[in-house]
Amino acid sequence: MSDGTGRAWVFGDNVDTDVLAPGQYMKLGIEELARHCLESVEPGFAGEVRAGDVVVARRNFGTGSSREQAPEALKHLGVAALVAESFAGLFYRNAINLGLPALVCADARRIRAGDRLRVDPESGRIENLTSGESLVCEPIPGHLMQMVRDGGLVPHLEKRLRARKEPAP
Amino acid sequence: MTAQAQTLAQKIIARAAGRESVAPGEIVTCRVDLAMMHDSGGPRRVKPMLEKLGAKVWDPDKIVVITDHYLPANDDESRRIIHIAREWVKEAGVTRFHDGVGICHVVLPQKGYLHPGMFAVGGDSHSPTGGAFGAYMFGVGATEMLGVLVTGEIWLKVPHTILVEWSGKLGPAVSAKDMMLALCGRLGLDGGQYQAIQYAGEAISALPMQERMTLCNMAPEVGAQTGLVAPDQVTRAYLESVESVGASEADVEAWQGDPGAPLLAHHQFDASTLDPQVAAPHSPANAAPVARHAGTRIDTAYIGACTGAKIEDLRMAASVLKGRRVAENVRFVVAPASAHDQAIAAREGTLQVLVDAGAELLANSCGICAGYGDDRLGENEVAITSTARNFKGRMGAASSQVYLASPYTVAAAAIAGKICDPREFLE
Repeated sequence: MSDGTGRAWVFGDNVDTDVLAPGQYMKLGIEELARHCLESVEPGFAGEVRAGDVVVARRNFGTGSSREQAPEALKHLGVAALVAESFAGLFYRNAINLGLPALVCADARRIRAGDRLRVDPESGRIENLTSGESLVCEPIPGHLMQMVRDGGLVPHLEKRLRARKEPAP
Repeated sequence: MTAQAQTLAQKIIARAAGRESVAPGEIVTCRVDLAMMHDSGGPRRVKPMLEKLGAKVWDPDKIVVITDHYLPANDDESRRIIHIAREWVKEAGVTRFHDGVGICHVVLPQKGYLHPGMFAVGGDSHSPTGGAFGAYMFGVGATEMLGVLVTGEIWLKVPHTILVEWSGKLGPAVSAKDMMLALCGRLGLDGGQYQAIQYAGEAISALPMQERMTLCNMAPEVGAQTGLVAPDQVTRAYLESVESVGASEADVEAWQGDPGAPLLAHHQFDASTLDPQVAAPHSPANAAPVARHAGTRIDTAYIGACTGAKIEDLRMAASVLKGRRVAENVRFVVAPASAHDQAIAAREGTLQVLVDAGAELLANSCGICAGYGDDRLGENEVAITSTARNFKGRMGAASSQVYLASPYTVAAAAIAGKICDPREFLE
């Protein structure tokens, strides 16, 4: 996302973890699994999505399993942010834990497939460069935004453990 | 100032957070009493992260590992994943390791690990099954589990409670699974809003523990963080039967919500008018009375999963199949949810009824439900299953069609070769 923008990929309600990370490929590494991300609903997705693109959906995105390969596959393919009217709670936690911003936006339906977006997770603002609209998302809670800034829970924990080991001079 | 009345969920969370009380919407950090993992989201995923951090687990005695997803291990990748689990528990000093004896959500209470008032997490979305025992238990992903393993803690937004009350008495060949499909139909996949559902009422009190487990198991299907049933004499009798670890006499009385605690919603149902339910492809929310789908031809009938292959489920199927054979062109598959349940079924004759009816037995594992192994639904295959989810492609080919139903209704469809009302087969 060299210019900080990406294209919108638009989906409907209840996109589930079985279509994001199909069970058949769960035993494989993320590289191979990600190739099948969303293939049963949007066959060209994994091949055509580019770094910086944004996945936009309606209600209850990520419903189903606890498998974090669902958000991990999206992140692996270069998706920079998720925008939806609502997320399944477990998926939302998984996305944030992997450092993938998930933004709740009541106006997600105003975004069209292929629109060029600039998403700022910090302020919760989405600029739609195609339509000229500006959309406002619910802010990511402070303690989670810190995790997103750190790049996810693992780097966040690394920081915490380091701070514990090396007390300030 | 008098303290606000608290729901059961709030009381458990307050205790785990070291607080007198908590309010819905607050973000709190809780100490975890038990962390359960399976082979897929467990050691295989957390081991490399623990190594990267150079960290050890906070308390090996609070960790349970159960293998169920990649069994039977029919290929190198599956064998590798199972091998990692076996080696990691030794490294980490985890002694509560149960390998190939059944599905984690069913094995966990059978080993006596759950009791009322516990705050527990599981590395699987169906972890709310533990709520049947009056515990607060919910599913987390592997990275979140790593956080628990390293710190012994997890953050939580204190949930509101949604009360789902069932009055009356269930009719013949109607079960907890039908109650949950009806709830999915009414609330939709996100009606639970990631809050806590508490089940109560005359029809719930009358249910045995494994039926209560089915209710809580499917709370995620309506988008709730967890499902709970307040403990009672049925709970107490179960805990005594399994020699529960750490349960005390006082638990059943202690872990009750306060009367008048504020609720987010109160949904009322009458069990006596509930028909057997069937959820059409590709969502549990596509639920309707069985009559809606009567006559739909099926290729496969599957009794399996944590949701639908416990001993109570096997008995339901057997009550319909006793003295009958499944239709000639139907594949009837039974994967008992645990070795323990299968042993009971064998001892009491339930298993023989299923085998005599034409059942093909699969291993005590997640089987076709998870869709992780070789046994999968083929192109355009139509199945009726006692499992929890029928999302597109979950159990096999994207073109396969899965109808969800109770073990009674699955058994009836196996006999008829098409979806039908199981009450037609009752004596």
